Amino acid sequence: MYLTLVFLPLISALVAFFVRFIGNKYAAYICTSLLGFTFILSIKSFYYIALLQNSCYIQTLPWLFGENLIVFWGFLFDSVTCTMLIVVTSISFLVHFYSIEYMGSDPHLGRFMSYLSFFTFFMLILVTADNMVQMFVGWEGVGLCSYLLINFFFNRIQANKAALKAMVMNRIGDFGLSLGIMALFYVCKSLDYHVIFSSILLFVDNSFYFFNIKINLITCICLLLFIGAVGKSAQIGLHTWLPDAMEGPTPVSALIHAATMVTAGVFLIIRCSFLFEFSETALDILTILGALTAFFAATTGLLQNDAKRVIAYSTCSQLGYMVFVCGISGYSTSLFHLANHAFFKALLFLTAGSLIHAVHDEQDFRKMGGLAYILPFSYSMLLVGSLSLTGFPFLTGFYSKDMILELTFSTYLIKGTFAYILGVLSAFCTAFYSFRLIFWAFLAKPNGYKHTYSHASESNFFITFPLGVLALASIFVGYLFRDMFIGVGTSFWNNSIFILPENNFVLESEFIPVYNKLTPVVFSFGGLIIAFCFYNFLIKKIFIVKIFYIKFYTFLNKRWYFDKIYNEFIALPIISFGYKITFKFIDRGILEIFGPTGLITNFTYLSKNISSIQSGLMYHYLFIILLGITITLFTVIVIIQKMLYVSTNLVLIFILAVIGSSLKN
Amino acid sequence: MIIEQSHFLFVSLYIFAISIGGLLLNRRNIIILLISIELMLLAINLQFVIFSVFLDDIIGQINALLILTVAAAESAIGLALLVVYYRIKGTISINKINLLHG
Repeated sequence: MYLTLVFLPLISALVAFFVRFIGNKYAAYICTSLLGFTFILSIKSFYYIALLQNSCYIQTLPWLFGENLIVFWGFLFDSVTCTMLIVVTSISFLVHFYSIEYMGSDPHLGRFMSYLSFFTFFMLILVTADNMVQMFVGWEGVGLCSYLLINFFFNRIQANKAALKAMVMNRIGDFGLSLGIMALFYVCKSLDYHVIFSSILLFVDNSFYFFNIKINLITCICLLLFIGAVGKSAQIGLHTWLPDAMEGPTPVSALIHAATMVTAGVFLIIRCSFLFEFSETALDILTILGALTAFFAATTGLLQNDAKRVIAYSTCSQLGYMVFVCGISGYSTSLFHLANHAFFKALLFLTAGSLIHAVHDEQDFRKMGGLAYILPFSYSMLLVGSLSLTGFPFLTGFYSKDMILELTFSTYLIKGTFAYILGVLSAFCTAFYSFRLIFWAFLAKPNGYKHTYSHASESNFFITFPLGVLALASIFVGYLFRDMFIGVGTSFWNNSIFILPENNFVLESEFIPVYNKLTPVVFSFGGLIIAFCFYNFLIKKIFIVKIFYIKFYTFLNKRWYFDKIYNEFIALPIISFGYKITFKFIDRGILEIFGPTGLITNFTYLSKNISSIQSGLMYHYLFIILLGITITLFTVIVIIQKMLYVSTNLVLIFILAVIGSSLKN
Repeated sequence: MIIEQSHFLFVSLYIFAISIGGLLLNRRNIIILLISIELMLLAINLQFVIFSVFLDDIIGQINALLILTVAAAESAIGLALLVVYYRIKGTISINKINLLHG
C-alpha cells in the first residue's frame, strides 16, 4: 500500500505524458482518478500510522554502496510524513480536478497533468524518504517540476524568466543543503535519518576551525540545512522567486506555492528537529529570519495590485510564521500551521483562479470591482479563505496561527518577544491586505469593462467542487485536528519530532495572560476593520493618501526594492563579472594568449623571423656556417672540459692529438 | 734562427683566415669567391705538407697531391657553372644570387 501510494503519481505522470495516444481529456481523467486513489491510500496510511501510532519503515533496492556510504531506496512513514502525505495528496488531487476545467481549453492539457503528477510524485519522495540523499532527490525533483510548471506557457518570455529565477534561486539554497548533507555524512558517517538522529547527541560539543573562527559542528550543519530551507521556503533573502512564480497557471500556484513546494523547506526543518534542537544559534537565526520574513512579506502584500501576487506574499508571510515557530521549538505547531495553511491557501489561490477565469484573465484587481453580485460563490469562498488566513476565531487559521503567537509570547527569550511583535504586526497586515483584495475585487464599484461583466459567470462543477471542499477544510480542519496535533501532551507525533525539555514552552503557552491571548485576534480584527473603513468610507481619500505617502507606497509596492537591489548590486555585477572578467579577460584573454591563439601567432611570427635568416645571400650562409662550426667546437670543448675536469688548453691539445693520430693512421 | 713548425702552421692558418675573410667580406664577385676557395685549399695543402715534413710521413704529401687534383677539378666545375650562370643572368655579382630565400 505504501509504495503504491508513492508511485501512483509517477504512473499517472507517465500515462499523461504519452497522452497523444489517448487524448487530453482522458489523460486528465486518468490522472485525477489516480491521484484520488493516492489520496484515499494516504488517508488509510494516516489511519494506520498516525492514528494507530505504528510507524512503517520500508527499505527497498540498494542504491549507493561506498565504503561508509550505504544508501538504500528507503521509505519512512511516521506521523510527520503522513500529515504531509494527507496535505500533499489532497491538495494535489483537488488541483488536478480543478485543472480539468481550468486548463480544459489548453492544447497541452496532458503535459500539464503529467507535470502536476510528477510534481506530486517528487513531493511524495521528498516526504517519505528515509535518508538525506533520497530526500534530496525529491527536493531537486520538485525544483525541476516547478521550473517545468512555471514556464508551462513556454512561449511567454516572462514565464521563462520567472521559471529560470525560481530554478536559480532554489539552486542557491540547494547548494547549502547539499553542503549540509555532506557535512552530516562527514560527522555521522551515514545519511539515514535514524542513524543521524540517534547519533547526533555524540557530536553536540564538536567544533571545527574555519579561518581561525571556532564553529560548532551542529550549528554549521543546521545553518547549511536552513539555507536550503530558505531557498525552498522563500524566506527573506531568497524569497524573490516566489512572487515571480505567479507567471505559471493558477493551479500551479495553488499546488506549488501553497501546499507542496514551499512547505518542503519547513518540512526539512521539522524533520531535522533532532539536529536543530541541539543548536541554540541556529534556532535563533531561524526565529529572527522567519519573523523578518513574516513581517516583510506582510507589509509588501499590503500594496500589491495583482490578485495572485497578494496571495503569494501572504504565502511568504505564513512561511515566515512556520519558520519562526520552528525557531522556538514549536515544530508540531509549525506542521499544524503548514497543514492548515495548505488548505486555506489552496482555497485562496484556486478562488483567485476562478475569479481570473471569470474576468477573462485579468489579474489586476483594481480592474475588477463589484463582482460580489455576479460571482457570489467565489466571493464567499475568498471570504472564507481570507478569514481563515487572518485567524478569524474558530476557523482553521485561528487555531494554528494564534497558537504560534502564544508560543512565541510564552518563551522567556528575547527572540520570542521579537517574533511575537513582528508576528502580531504581520497578522494586522494580513487582515488588511486580505480585505483590500476582497474589497477591490468584489465590493468596490465596477472598474472593468462592460464586456467583462456581461460575460462573467461562475465556473462549472470542476472548479467549484474543489473550492467547496477546501472551504469546508478551511473552516473545520483546525478545530477537528487541534487537540490531536498540538494538544497538551498529545502523543500523536510519536517520536517523529524531538524537542529538548528546556526548549518546550507548550505548557507555558496555555497559561499566558488573557489579553495577550487576545492581542493577535484584536490586531487581526483591527486590520480587517481598518481595511473595511478605509476602502468603504474613505475611498475618495485613497488617492490623496497615496500621493502624500508616495515614497512609502512605492517602497512597499516595489517589494522593499529587493528585486532592484538584487538586480543592480548582485545580478548585474555578477553578469558583468562573468562577461568581462571570466569570459573576456580570462577565457578569451589570458588563457587564449598562453593557449591556442597565442601559441599559433607567436610561433608563426617566430618561424617567419627564423626563416628570414635564410636571406638567399651566399655570404650570410657562409657566416652562419662558420658561426655554427665555432659554436659547436666551443660547446664540444666546454663539454669535454667539464666532463674531464681539464683546462681548455689541454682539451685543444687533446683534439689536435686526436686529429693528428687519425691522420697518422 | 731555427724555423719551427709553428711558424709554418701560422702561415697556413693566416692564409686560411684570409681566405675565409675573402669568402665572408666579398659581396660583389663570384670569381673572388672561387679564388678564396682555392686559397683555402692551398692553405690546407700547405698544412698537410708541413705536417708531412715534421712528422716524417709521406701520407701528408699524398694527400696534398690528391687535394691538388680535387681543387683543379673543382675549380674547373666552378668556372663552368660560373660561365653558365653568366650566360643566363648577364652578371656575376653575388648580391644578385638571392632568389632562393626563406
